[in-house]
Amino acid sequence: MQKVTREALIEKAASLLANGTVTSVLAWKKGEFDYDITPALFTGEEEMHAELVWNDFCGANLSKYLVAKTKKAEGKILVFLKSCDTYSFNQLLTEHRFDREKVYAVGIPCCGMADIDKVKAISGDGIASIECAEKIKVSTIYSEGAAEMDLNDVLLERCESCKSKKHVAYDELMGEEGEILDSHRFDEVERLEAMTPDERFAFWQEELSKCIRCNACRNVCPACTCEVCVFNNPASGVESKAPVNDFEEKMFHIIRAFHVAGRCTDCGECSRVCPQNIPLHLLNRKFIKDMNECYGEYQAGETVGQRAPLVDYTLDDLEAGEVFERGGDNA
Amino acid sequence: MQRIGVFVCWCGSNIAGTVDVKQVAKALENEPGVVYSTDYQYMCSQAGQDMIVNAVKEHRLTGIVVCSCSPRMHEQTFRKTAAKAGLNPYMVEIANIREQCSWVHKDMIVGTEKAIILGKAAVAKVNLNAPLTPGESPVTKRALVIGGGIAGIQTALDIADAGFEVDIVEKKPTIGGKMAQLDKTFPTLDCAACILTPKMVDVAQHEKIRVFSFSEVSEVSGFVGNFEVTIKKKARYVKEDICTGCGACVDKCPVKKVPNEFNLGMDNRKAIYIPFAQAVPKVATIDPNACNMLKAGKCGVCSKVCTAGAIDYTQKDELVTEKYGAIVVATGFEPISMEKFDEYAYSQSKDVITSLEFERLTNAAGPTQGKLLRPSDLKHPEKIVFVQCVGSRCASCAEKGKEYCSKICCMYTAKHAMLTRDKYPDTDVTVFYIDVRTPGKNFDEFYRRATEDYGVKYIKGMVGKIVPEGDKLHVQGSDLIANEQVHIDADLVVLAAAIEPDKSARPLATMLTASMDTNDFFTEAHPKLRPVESPTAGVFLSGACQGPKDIPETVSQAGAAAAKVIGLLAKDKLLGNPCVASSDENMCNGCSSCANVCPYGAITYEDKEFRMPDRTIQVRRIAKVNPAVCQGCGCCTVTCPSGAMDLRGFTNSQIMAEVDAICK
Repeated sequence: MQKVTREALIEKAASLLANGTVTSVLAWKKGEFDYDITPALFTGEEEMHAELVWNDFCGANLSKYLVAKTKKAEGKILVFLKSCDTYSFNQLLTEHRFDREKVYAVGIPCCGMADIDKVKAISGDGIASIECAEKIKVSTIYSEGAAEMDLNDVLLERCESCKSKKHVAYDELMGEEGEILDSHRFDEVERLEAMTPDERFAFWQEELSKCIRCNACRNVCPACTCEVCVFNNPASGVESKAPVNDFEEKMFHIIRAFHVAGRCTDCGECSRVCPQNIPLHLLNRKFIKDMNECYGEYQAGETVGQRAPLVDYTLDDLEAGEVFERGGDNA
Repeated sequence: MQRIGVFVCWCGSNIAGTVDVKQVAKALENEPGVVYSTDYQYMCSQAGQDMIVNAVKEHRLTGIVVCSCSPRMHEQTFRKTAAKAGLNPYMVEIANIREQCSWVHKDMIVGTEKAIILGKAAVAKVNLNAPLTPGESPVTKRALVIGGGIAGIQTALDIADAGFEVDIVEKKPTIGGKMAQLDKTFPTLDCAACILTPKMVDVAQHEKIRVFSFSEVSEVSGFVGNFEVTIKKKARYVKEDICTGCGACVDKCPVKKVPNEFNLGMDNRKAIYIPFAQAVPKVATIDPNACNMLKAGKCGVCSKVCTAGAIDYTQKDELVTEKYGAIVVATGFEPISMEKFDEYAYSQSKDVITSLEFERLTNAAGPTQGKLLRPSDLKHPEKIVFVQCVGSRCASCAEKGKEYCSKICCMYTAKHAMLTRDKYPDTDVTVFYIDVRTPGKNFDEFYRRATEDYGVKYIKGMVGKIVPEGDKLHVQGSDLIANEQVHIDADLVVLAAAIEPDKSARPLATMLTASMDTNDFFTEAHPKLRPVESPTAGVFLSGACQGPKDIPETVSQAGAAAAKVIGLLAKDKLLGNPCVASSDENMCNGCSSCANVCPYGAITYEDKEFRMPDRTIQVRRIAKVNPAVCQGCGCCTVTCPSGAMDLRGFTNSQIMAEVDAICK
């Protein structure tokens, strides 16, 4: 269960709406099912009481929505940010993607979010309703009673290896501030690195072959906010290109990982939204790990205006040859 | 669809020796867009160029591929040929099948195969080439020279004599620089002041030259032909236009014990001072750290004695902004600090001095009126030891010295030794050296005179330690030729300190976006072929800011820099390089990545209104490239996440087409 209640969020939002600080509120509401909670913009208190949701399924990172919403909104938007979302928030500000003056950011503590697949593994398919209290209670159309589970047993992978409970940006913080955590987020990358090139190729071949090119990963990614994505750009030569072989299709993910390298905050949204459950975040984490090792520890979005190592130069930078040697036959 | 002509050059046997040129021409005949393909012995010759012109007319060519040497050699030649034939010059591509192919391969089959691939890539690129037209920008016909030493003076005079206005910015109260501090100059032994001061007067009197003395450059913006520079005129508390330089204030000033920078602290000056008799401008300056009036509000003597009423204790730093077409950097050098060289006892004994201090000691206007007296007890030194390469060629001790050769020390040490023996034949003079380097007109003859005619003892070897003992300096060195230890009890030791760029050079380089090497010397655009130009367009280099130089070399480089500036200012308009970056505003995210990596500061941002499909107006931040500043390096294009930034003449799609052609 989350530490701050839904009612507290509504109360906070309502008071800021009432005193004119903000004119709209970016939060979450229920989608088709109880578990597909989606971002939503509210302008009135009643609306919030009716629809606003804050529970263990509010994984969606609201930062990216500010890019489009601030362009349209008159006045300020209140946005609720979990600690991991604040990194994306800063990164977007670094890239001048929205006007900070048009946003009122409220940091909210997060106890991690639930992975619906893990939930389903316990409850079974056909979920009829979910209730988030001390325990998550899930009833399905096939079962009589509700299955109960602990949030901690069904956490999203990204929450299991949460990098920070600390909010790096906000105008106001609700609840207690957390700390930067010593996460084990690179363990899985290390496992992949230990593989032989053939094993690793087979791993990614297997994973990426599941891709249906729904573009959900790109559309949700807070680093992918280009006005025109290269994959939609007629001049790029890759727009609407039929894949020549099964691997060319996978280049989409590799190109995307290159495009967000140094800008990815490791928020994990790509893997959360993938309908095929491809562990896309591992590609980005490999980049982050390599950059940390080559150019020193760097966390995208930690502050506004920081220079990412790939677009910066210092005398201590690794020589190109050294980078090459890290690759080679054993890579 | 292009109609491309391919011209394969033999370059005599340079290419034809390892590449089957006929086969290359034949293979490229069938590439998409190619309508004509041939080979010839020397494509760059008049006959070869005529062949291209005729082929363009005969086959109605729209694009040209020349398979020849590096584009650095003849790209311009073939662009002009294309223009002569009525084509846009940028419809020419060079496939480098010499440096990158025939010269690096021995096997004809391999070489030919690679030449064909390189040719195919060039053809693929030309298929996507578009005619490019260079942009124009106006030229402000005024030059700025930063630094008023001999380099800056000579550059300014040469530019001004050609009829252009020049401003000199000098951080010290007078121009003249290091040369004004020297006594005699090698190899002809003219008195430095005698040959320098007429030039300083010329500067002062030249109607085209303005001198901003006691001033610094504080901000630079703009680009070649259109720089805007803010100059900070530091408060000297004396009205420069009123002061007559009579010196009455200096005579009466009660603060007498201020170390005199001009004599390197070996004597004292007043709180109000004129650095030396021939200073330009000859205007007094008040040292605010020493003046009682400025420190405590008590005194005011200078103000009382000044009949012109030039003293102004309330003067403030003043900022002047001016436009320039070209900027010359002439910031010069300074000797390195001797603090880290404890083994030479520089900080322990007053009688261990640097060569520049020696210059002042032997100069008639110096602290001893030119008599060679040692600083500690003002006695005539009977044994003098000169130590060369102090901090120069110091590969193993980079933390305290410099890896490079300071170039001027061998000659001035020979000069010091020779002059000492000439004036004081009773003096015993020894020089310790690693090598004596005397390339230069009449230089070696000069050095030989020192050893052969004047009896200066040259010992090959370095000094290991100098220990002050009583009123002597015990010098322990090694003689590598005799293979023995040498012990000399000297009265005076002169250290030939390495020279380094002036400290003001690095912040200046940042302002100018001009590049520097690891030693903070300014980098030239090409070490051999463009030695006085910085890679940043419109910024030129004069004198020791680019590398250690003696006076003759500095003056010739100063003249060369002036010639380049005159060439630039003589133009009314500048034609830019059309191969510059440009941003597609419909795709630009305004993320600033490109501006962050641009080494030339060519990218700015603006908010622009866009009409959206739903008829609303959206304001977006977008990048703008200033084509006059952009040098076409392409950093921005690879950084741009959305692909909005592209480099004309080297577009992403052209490069991808080349790569595809190579990988096919």
